[in-house]
Amino acid sequence: MNDCDAVVVGSGPAGATVADVLAHAGHHVIVLEKGANHLLSFDAPFDLLGHLSNDEIKFLRRHFLGPDPLLEPRTFRRSEADGDRLFVGEVNNLPSTVGGAGFHADAKLPRFRAVDFHARSELGPIDGADIVDWPVQYDDLEPFYDEAEKLLGVAGDAAQNPFAEWRSSPYPMPPGPDMYGATLSTAAARELGLHPYAAPTGVNSVPYDGRAACNNCGCCANFGCPIDAKGDPVAPLRRALSTGRVEIRPLSHVSEILLDATGKQATGVRYLDTSTQPPEIREVRARMVVLGCGAFETPRLLLRSGIANSSGLVGRYMMHHFQTFVLGIFDHRLHGYRGRSVTHLHDDHMLVDDASRAHAREHGLPYFRGGLVEHGGGGHPLMEAIHLPPGPRHTQTMLESPMRDRLWAFTMQGEDLPQVTNQIDLDPQVVDVHGHAAGRVTYSSHPHDLVASSYCSPLLERVLQRAGATSTFVATSPSLHGDGPRLAPNSKHVMGTCRMGDDPRTSVVDPTHRCWDVDNVAIADASVFPTSAGYGPTLTLVAMALRASRTWL
Amino acid sequence: MSTSLRYLTAEQHRVVTAAADRLVPPLDAHPGAGALGAADYIDGALGAFATNPPLVFTGGPFSGRFGGDARWGEFMALTPLEELAWRTRIEGSRGDPAREWNGPVRGWQEIYADGFAALGADFADLDPAVQDERLRTASRDFRTVFYEHVCEACYGPPEYGGNRDLAGWRAIQFPGDVQPRGWTDEEVSSRE
Repeated sequence: MNDCDAVVVGSGPAGATVADVLAHAGHHVIVLEKGANHLLSFDAPFDLLGHLSNDEIKFLRRHFLGPDPLLEPRTFRRSEADGDRLFVGEVNNLPSTVGGAGFHADAKLPRFRAVDFHARSELGPIDGADIVDWPVQYDDLEPFYDEAEKLLGVAGDAAQNPFAEWRSSPYPMPPGPDMYGATLSTAAARELGLHPYAAPTGVNSVPYDGRAACNNCGCCANFGCPIDAKGDPVAPLRRALSTGRVEIRPLSHVSEILLDATGKQATGVRYLDTSTQPPEIREVRARMVVLGCGAFETPRLLLRSGIANSSGLVGRYMMHHFQTFVLGIFDHRLHGYRGRSVTHLHDDHMLVDDASRAHAREHGLPYFRGGLVEHGGGGHPLMEAIHLPPGPRHTQTMLESPMRDRLWAFTMQGEDLPQVTNQIDLDPQVVDVHGHAAGRVTYSSHPHDLVASSYCSPLLERVLQRAGATSTFVATSPSLHGDGPRLAPNSKHVMGTCRMGDDPRTSVVDPTHRCWDVDNVAIADASVFPTSAGYGPTLTLVAMALRASRTWL
Repeated sequence: MSTSLRYLTAEQHRVVTAAADRLVPPLDAHPGAGALGAADYIDGALGAFATNPPLVFTGGPFSGRFGGDARWGEFMALTPLEELAWRTRIEGSRGDPAREWNGPVRGWQEIYADGFAALGADFADLDPAVQDERLRTASRDFRTVFYEHVCEACYGPPEYGGNRDLAGWRAIQFPGDVQPRGWTDEEVSSRE
C-alpha cells in the first residue's frame, strides 16, 4: 500500500518544480526535506513565516539555513595523490532548508545558449575531458524555459543581449533599477567592445504572482527574501501546496532508497525524522521516487543506497563553475549594498573567436570558453572585517572600505569541463551526525578552465580600470595558491554527477531523467547535466524538470 | 559593561574588552571593539544557552530600525539537531558519545579558557606591547575564534550584544538592515 504516488527528496527548485507538476496532474506527492522550514506556512494562503531577515550573523556566520558543517561535514582532495582528504568542512556548500539551494543565489536566471547543448558537435572534443552533446537541445527546451521564467517570475529584457537565443515570448517583467556601480562598469565594457545587459533576475521588479516588488535591500544571496519578492523557491512550492495534494515534511533526512525483491524497482525511501533527538526511523512507500537533493547530495544518496550505478558513473564528472573574481577598488564609494547585488551580465567570453582560438592553441587546446560575467558590488561588513588582518590598521581600513563600499567586482562563472576523475564519493572515515559517510570531492581543474581564466582576467581588469578603478586584482575559486580550505571549491553551481545520455553504459539517467537501472527513480536536479556551460544552472534545471516530469506518471 | 553576565566573570569581561581593542582599535572619535561591546557579544556567544531560547538566531523579519515591528530581539527556538550542533560548538563534546560522531570537539568555552590562561588575569593593566606579545602566545584556535567574534561584535547586528549604539556601522557609513524600507530606485542608481 503506497503512501502517495511520488515521494520527492528535496524541496529546492528541482523538487518543488516536480511536486508542482505532478500535483497539478492529479497525483499525491510527499516531499521530504532534511532541513528545517523557515520559508512559508503550509496552510493557505501559504504566507512567509517571517524568519528571513537582513541579519549577516544569522545567515552568513551561523548557518541558519544549513547545512551546519559540524553536523554535515564534507571533505576535499585534489586527487588520490593527496591521500584520503586534504580538508574537512565546507565544500561547495549550498543551503539545505525548505526551498533548498536557491537561497544562496541573488537569483540570476539566464538561459543556456543552443551551442551549450551540443558543444561536442559544434566545437569538438578536448583531450582529458568527456564533452558530449545533450540528448535534449535548446529548441526542445525553449517552451519549458518560457514556462520556468513565468513560474519563477524573471525580470529581464532580451533585446539587450545580442548573444541570446530565440525565445517565444518576452520576460514577464522588465528589469529593475541599475546599481550605480553597474552604470560605470557597463559603460566601460561597451567602450571596450563588450555587450553587457540587464541580468535576467528572479526578483520582482513589479508586483508579480501575488508577491511584492523588490525594494533593493541588498541582501539577496544567502539571506532569503523577507518581503517575498524572490520567486525561487517560494513560487513553485506555493503553487504545489495550493493543489491540496502535496505534503512537505521538513526535518526528514532520507537515509536510503528502498528496492523490491527484483532490485529493479524502488518501493519508497527510509528516512530519519529529526524533529526528535534521537531521530525516529520512518518510511514512505510510493510508486515513484524523485531525487532533487542537488548534484552533491543526490549521488551521495545513490551511492549510500548502492543503486543506479551499473555504469560506475554515479558521482563522476562532477562540475562546478571555475570562478574568476576580478576586483576593482575605486577612490569613491559605490554603495554596492543598495540593489540586487548583481544587476548586469555579459556573455562575450562564452564565444569562441579567432583571438581566443589562437591563445588556446598556444596552450595546447583546440579552443576554450570562459563564462558568464556578473557585474556586482562588494561584500557585507563582516566579510570585509574578517578578511582584513587584525591590528592597528583595522579600523582605518574599515572606514576606507576598499573591499566593500569602494569595490566593484566581476565574477566569471567559467565553464568547467567534465572529467571522469572529478567526483563525489563517500569518505572512508568522516561521517555526518547520523553516521552516514560524508560526501568527498576529488577535484582538479582542467587546463581549459585555467587558460580561460587567465585569458579573460586582464580583459576584465582593463574594463574596471576604464570604469575608474584605481587598482585591480584577480582571485579564483578554487584558489590556485595557498593551502587547506582555500583549495576547496566554493562555487554553488554543482552539476553533472549523474549524467544523462542515450546509452546506459555511459550515463546514469535516460533522456527523461529516469535511472537506467531503476526506472521508477528519477533525478530532477543538475546532477543530470552532461556539461556545465558557463551559466548558472537553476533556470535550466527547472526547465529540464518541467519537461521530464510530465512524462513520468 | 553589562550588569548581569551570562558566562564570563567580571575579570574575564575586562580582559576581553582590553584584548579586543588590540585587534580592532579605537580611532579618533570611533570606538574600538572594547567600547563597541565585544565582551558582551562574547559573553552572549559563550553563554548562549543560559536562556531559552538560546542567543543563537535572532527572530525576524524586521529589527524595527527602518520600520516594521522590532522582532530581532525574540531569539528563535532551535531544532534538536541545531541544539546538538550549537551545544557541541559552544561547550565542546566533553566525552559525550552523542557529540563525537567524528571524534572529540573542543568548544568555544574550552578554547577561551586556554585563551584566558595565555592572556593572564592582569592583561588589562599591561602595556600594549606586552598585551600584543601575550596575544601572540595564545593558541591559533583561540586567535581565530576570538578575532571572528570581535569582528562580529563590531559590525554585526546589535541584538547579539555588540555594535553598541550602532557605532560600528556608523563609523563605516553602513546603514545596517534596511528592511522593510529598502532603497528607492534613485538611491540605487545615483552616485550619491
